[in-house]
Amino acid sequence: MAQIELSAIRKSFDGTDVLKGIDFRIADGEFISLVGPSGCGKSTLLRIIAGLEPQDSGEVHIDGRPVDGIRPSARNLAMVFQSYALYPHLSAFDNIAVPLRMRRLSAIERLPLLGALLPGRRAKERHIRADIEGIAEQLDISPLLRRKPGQLSGGQRQRVAVGRAMVREPVAFLFDEPLSNLDAKLRVHMRAELAELHRRLKATFVYVTHDQAEAMTMSSRIAVMMGGELIQAGTPAEIYNEPGDIRVAEFIGSPKINVLPGRIRKDGGVDVLGTALKLTCNAAAGDCRIGVRPERIELGTGPFSGTVVHLENLGAEAFVHLAVEGIGSRLIARLADVKHLPAMASSVAFGFAPDAVRMFDPAGKRIELRMEQAERIREPAHV
Amino acid sequence: MSDGSITIGATVAPAGTTRRTLPAHGSRRSHAAYALVTPAAALMLVMLLGPLAGVIALSFTDYQLGAPHFSWIGLANYQDLFADKVFWTALRNTLTYVVIVVPGAVIAGLAIALLIQSGTSLRSLYRTIYFLPVMATLIAMAVVWEFMLHPQFGLVNGLLRGAGLPAFAWLQDRSTALYALCAIGIWQAVGFNMVLFLAGLVSIPKQLYEAAEIDGASSGWARFRLVTWPMLGPVTTFVVVISGIRSFQVFDTVHVLTKGGPSKSTEVLIHTMYTEGFEFFRSGYAAAITVVFLVFVLALTLIKSRLADRGVHYT
Repeated sequence: MAQIELSAIRKSFDGTDVLKGIDFRIADGEFISLVGPSGCGKSTLLRIIAGLEPQDSGEVHIDGRPVDGIRPSARNLAMVFQSYALYPHLSAFDNIAVPLRMRRLSAIERLPLLGALLPGRRAKERHIRADIEGIAEQLDISPLLRRKPGQLSGGQRQRVAVGRAMVREPVAFLFDEPLSNLDAKLRVHMRAELAELHRRLKATFVYVTHDQAEAMTMSSRIAVMMGGELIQAGTPAEIYNEPGDIRVAEFIGSPKINVLPGRIRKDGGVDVLGTALKLTCNAAAGDCRIGVRPERIELGTGPFSGTVVHLENLGAEAFVHLAVEGIGSRLIARLADVKHLPAMASSVAFGFAPDAVRMFDPAGKRIELRMEQAERIREPAHV
Repeated sequence: MSDGSITIGATVAPAGTTRRTLPAHGSRRSHAAYALVTPAAALMLVMLLGPLAGVIALSFTDYQLGAPHFSWIGLANYQDLFADKVFWTALRNTLTYVVIVVPGAVIAGLAIALLIQSGTSLRSLYRTIYFLPVMATLIAMAVVWEFMLHPQFGLVNGLLRGAGLPAFAWLQDRSTALYALCAIGIWQAVGFNMVLFLAGLVSIPKQLYEAAEIDGASSGWARFRLVTWPMLGPVTTFVVVISGIRSFQVFDTVHVLTKGGPSKSTEVLIHTMYTEGFEFFRSGYAAAITVVFLVFVLALTLIKSRLADRGVHYT
């Protein structure tokens, strides 16, 4: 169990800055997801924590000790790779045994024939076997231990890789997109299993993914990275409801948040598509962007209108795509009631509650908003 | 494909006759299969199996190159062969050569490949340098080696004398001639093996090394034992067998440098076959030597396919 502290981590490859000064503290026992689009530097950051990649500047502390210049093997971290990186010539049992044999047996004891003759070897092997069988039982892979990785399915390999990570009780687990090679159904299943595993082990998990759904469903905290910078860190609910940056708002949430062009008037009021919102802010007059989540768009009432151009009925919910004059991209509304969908090509009125609005300045930074007056907020609800 | 054709057969034939129509259907299919195999089979027959059968047949005759007549003499050639001291010397020398050259060329090839792979700059330069002997004409290189090993003005003895060590008449001394040929054999084969090992090394996923590092394999030797050596298994098998077959075939250096001498100390199988068949024109006898040689090559090939079957874990 460990806390991991990153300070001012910088890294560049061939003159391209991949990490531009990352400061972050991961608390003991936390499940942290590093999430962001491909190329944002999240995997590089994980590899720097693991020690597989040296940082150009900055420091990594694990449990208060600086680990820079310490070999990956000496950091006592476990890592699960995207490709699982199981040794193809070893059975599942031997794969899981590798970290234990490397640590518990001396170089001479590891020798193929001679090693078996040494006195202490047999007792140590017995302990190793007991440990592995315990892990296998926890992960439900006991019947698979004698198979080679080539004879295992993706999900089974995944479990063996997790077993190899668990078996030596590392101070922290690092996951590098471990679910991206699995099919969609299995991914959802493994998501629940990993979250369950974290609750049981109470160890520090650092999980890299580009899939916001994985980050949202498993983590205790999410750190959103973009272009080599860590933009925002917080609980999944915070990241979803209170994004500090429009890139975070757009990356988290599926379908994507709707962004409408807006204008801040001189008196602090906000206009969207020619309609005044019942909101004020302290920002200077000028352009801004308004973000509204699809589930906060109310169809049928409201000051705006659009044409239905596409419908996606998923059974339990439906997404209505609207073409709205004045905005380039389509607007998406989520409907919980799939029985009453608007007709294609029909014109639909829509609106949204003032507290659904998240406002961003042209640079993408969040602008704080104030509701105008309490009784007026309720107005849309009455209509 | 087979599923499809069976379904067609079943739908066309009335129920009940299905069982009887299927074999006919199957034989029609096998006709097509044989027709498709014919060109390749014919080529193999003309180019490989025919000559092989010819050599085996020849080894039971007293045929002499250019002679108008020959007669069947059964196993007489083999009896002569196994009673001939020169044959046993040649066989022993060939096996000695194989036992020295194969491990030497394989270990040196692997070591050089590992060094080149772990280096950062000048990789392609080193690759080219070590591959040069493979591209060079061996006969010409043998002549160069003859001068390098020359007792009086050769480079090798020059270096030895410079270091204050005794000089040898490498190729003229019975005790050193075969080993000098082994050294040339290793020099010639190393580059080829190195290229194969390099290709094998490149195809090992980098993540396995990273996993090994995380798992605690901190020393280079531990990583070699855990990842490199097992992952190179199929390549190593191939390299060992190819080197083995090639060393069994050793001829050019022997023919140019020693002609089997001094006093048969470098006589090898193929050279015996050459002298018997093309200098003494005893074609039947030479054919018998060839058959013995083929048995060894076949054995090596069988060992390889056995090992390749065991190597299923690499998929």
